Amino acid sequence: MEVPILKQGEYLIATFQAALSDADLNQLRSGLVHQVVKLRSRGVIVDVTAMDVMDSFASRTLREIAHMIRLRGAETVIVGIQPEVAFAMVQLGLTLEDVTTALDLEEGLAYLNEKFKNSH
Amino acid sequence: MAASPEIRVAINADPDIVIARQKGRARAIELGFSSGDATLIATAISELARNIVAYAKKGLITLQVVNGSNRQGISVTASDDGPGISDVRQALRDGFSTSGSLGLGLPGVRRLMDEFEITSQSGRGTTVVVKKWRQ
Repeated sequence: MEVPILKQGEYLIATFQAALSDADLNQLRSGLVHQVVKLRSRGVIVDVTAMDVMDSFASRTLREIAHMIRLRGAETVIVGIQPEVAFAMVQLGLTLEDVTTALDLEEGLAYLNEKFKNSH
Repeated sequence: MAASPEIRVAINADPDIVIARQKGRARAIELGFSSGDATLIATAISELARNIVAYAKKGLITLQVVNGSNRQGISVTASDDGPGISDVRQALRDGFSTSGSLGLGLPGVRRLMDEFEITSQSGRGTTVVVKKWRQ
């Protein structure tokens, strides 16, 4: 299942719809990076509220997405990691390292707006 | 269908990882596990199935109900006829990996579940059995 990428002003929002295969995650990674370049986006929000499991592959892909987008000069926020998923991630030993996370879409947008408010 | 049928999911490619963990979660919920525990079980299945795809290419995930003296649980068996693990003790150490993945697989899975057993022989495949008991 492909992840839709929505453009909202200078930001892109990718919302995970359901359980994603590795191929879907890889596709999201390249799709997002291409869109950031094409649309000159400054911020990306990846909403993982619907994600049932965050295993080692999914968290590595999210980290890679954030790092690639940072190299492009834009900022990524992962939003909506469910408490149960967060608990399992910690047990498994997974971290998102230096990737920014926020409670939900609203807080993610607030973070980006705050970050870029002095740049216009 | 029998009262507690065994569920088998063939693992041949990465989309099967998602199928296996979804079946595992559904089974855990049916057995009365909390949603949080079902997530731990589904995450463990995802990593075990991922190891099959990464190292052995093909294998099987089997879900079974297990009955203890006064408790019920779920067991997940991940088996393959792949290359096997030459040093199991090393594979259970955090940070160890030979496939270029994260190397968190087995030690992480052990932390997610209550019981963990592995048998592996170089060239003869690997079988991992993990169990979680219902609280």
